[in-house]
Amino acid sequence: MRPRRPGSRAALIGAAAAFVVAAALVSVFVGAANLNPVAVATAMAGKVPFLGVHSGLSPLDSAVLFQIRLPRIVLGALVGALLAVTGAGYQGVFRNPLVDSGMLGASAGAGLGATIAIVYLGGLGPAVVPVAAFTGSLAGVAIASLAGAIGAARGSLGSGTATLLLAGIAVGMFLTAAQTVVLQRSAQVLQQVYSWLLGSLSGASWQQVIEILPYAGVSVAVILLHGRHLDVLSVGDDEARALGINPQAVRAIAIGSCALAAAAAVAVSGLIGFVGIIVPHVARRLAGPSYLMVLPLSLLGGAGFLVLADTLARTVLAPSELPIGVVTALIGAPAFIWVLRGTRAVDT
Amino acid sequence: MTGLAVQDLFVTLDQTQVLHGVSCQTPPGGWLCLIGPNGAGKSTVLRAAAGLLTYGGTIRLGEADLGSLRGRARARAIAYVPQAPVLPPDMLVADYVLLGRTPHLGYLSRPGRRDRLVAEAALGQLDVSQFTGRRLEQMSGGERQRVVLARALAAEPSVLLLDEPTSMLDIGHQQQVLELVDGLRRSAGLTVVSTLHDLTIAGQYADELVLLNAGRVAAAGSAAAVLTPDLIAQVYSARVEVRKGHDGRPVVAPVRNVQ
Ligand SMILES: Nc1ncnc2c1ncn2[C@@H]1O[C@H](COP(=O)(O)OP(=O)(O)O)[C@@H](O)[C@H]1O
Ligand SMILES: [Mg+2]
Repeated sequence: MRPRRPGSRAALIGAAAAFVVAAALVSVFVGAANLNPVAVATAMAGKVPFLGVHSGLSPLDSAVLFQIRLPRIVLGALVGALLAVTGAGYQGVFRNPLVDSGMLGASAGAGLGATIAIVYLGGLGPAVVPVAAFTGSLAGVAIASLAGAIGAARGSLGSGTATLLLAGIAVGMFLTAAQTVVLQRSAQVLQQVYSWLLGSLSGASWQQVIEILPYAGVSVAVILLHGRHLDVLSVGDDEARALGINPQAVRAIAIGSCALAAAAAVAVSGLIGFVGIIVPHVARRLAGPSYLMVLPLSLLGGAGFLVLADTLARTVLAPSELPIGVVTALIGAPAFIWVLRGTRAVDT
Repeated sequence: MTGLAVQDLFVTLDQTQVLHGVSCQTPPGGWLCLIGPNGAGKSTVLRAAAGLLTYGGTIRLGEADLGSLRGRARARAIAYVPQAPVLPPDMLVADYVLLGRTPHLGYLSRPGRRDRLVAEAALGQLDVSQFTGRRLEQMSGGERQRVVLARALAAEPSVLLLDEPTSMLDIGHQQQVLELVDGLRRSAGLTVVSTLHDLTIAGQYADELVLLNAGRVAAAGSAAAVLTPDLIAQVYSARVEVRKGHDGRPVVAPVRNVQ
């Protein structure tokens, strides 16, 4: 089933990078406005300075390509990479392969933040929703972490990661309930809130790419640099400490950067589930359990996966769009069953 | 070359005082073995020495106070093999042993060529080189125990803490592992602090035995001094006879109660 020896590291990373490029190419050419491949190629070449190639696209097609489709592909790749790396990072922290990027109150916090923005702050314009979702997501994780720390200090569930996970579930439920209360008071925005909750990249712009890039860059860099530490955590807190690693510090750093990554993703895309579980799982199947490989493979795999999912989202029911969260759930839920099939009992 | 000295060690776990002033020590290159019945506090002494517990009293590593050493410096000097190591089932043996190099790596650096060579050498010393490409779950109990020891040796420690290192090994592999550890302490000056439940074997390898009972030292000294029928009866509630082996060391044999 699984290869006895994991494939060569460079070859796997190369294959994952090729997958991203292939997904992006598919996405460029598939869509409502059918773009001519040769024209697209010359148009792209035309953007390279000093090459002096003239675009073969009409001004309209050129606008579709550069202002609509490309930013959407880049944003989708970015969001997919963030969600998958976050999922993988949390799985290392909690030593549990079934943990997703939206846990610890991140999704619920983002949902509440976005809802509050839509219901109460609509007058400030549409730009306030991503900010509120970002803030809500980080606040959700902060509250869950605080609750988990209090629970772990008073309770007796071992190293505290199980307590934190449970606290995250409770905080998530509470925030979702609070969101429902807010919504009950203003049913007229229901449609808008739900379409945000189900996730979408339809409003993608270069502006959004630029806005989340700093958060994405910092958080992903920090997570990738801690792959080795996550590997050490897999032998348990005692042995990790005996090896000179401070497990609490590693967990705090990893949770902080994962929370930032998830918040950046959620701010521009809404709630997109399952990417953070499925992609790291496939990475593990291909490369073995070391986070030195699982993290970079998840980064690339998540990028390609979400670009493909988004291509489906905007084409299967064209001209109308499926929410991308629905697409990932339709693919992800059955795949999740498959994950469960291949998962052994884990301690948290 | 570093010795270990434990002085007046007090440990409280979950509001229960587990150690009540334990003192013991071993010179550089010595082998100190903690014996005593289940629950006597043997593992707790090792865990304190590994820096995993808050304790009262002092533990000295050579000239240095253990409490003054930060995590990585302590981990470079002291390798710890717990009684029940956590073995991630999917992890490859090679990657697991490489984890032993963790204390030598800078915060953001990754294992390099030398780290791999040291890990390979450790695998070879424990006769498990042929398993490097296997997952830990594919190993037998005895093979796992040797792999765990290989991880400890990969750290190139000056003090090795071994909690029941041979509990899963057959008599041949027990001897092989203990001889290897003994050889390392003779050749490289490795200091060993272990627990061993087999009293005869403990008496053969250790040059200092410390018999713990209910968190206190009941007796300490050479094997001949500690392994006496009276002390064993008193501390373990066991009926044994002690003979002299041909090397002069005691052989502890249980005696059945025949009516
Ligand atoms: N976390 C803990 N909380 C409370 N008591 C503990 C804990 N761990 C061990 N103990 C108790 O400490 C005593 C010594 O344990 P241990 O050092 O493991 O004994 P040994 O290794 O000699 O069998 C035992 O009575 C055990 O029940
Ligand atoms: Mg013990």
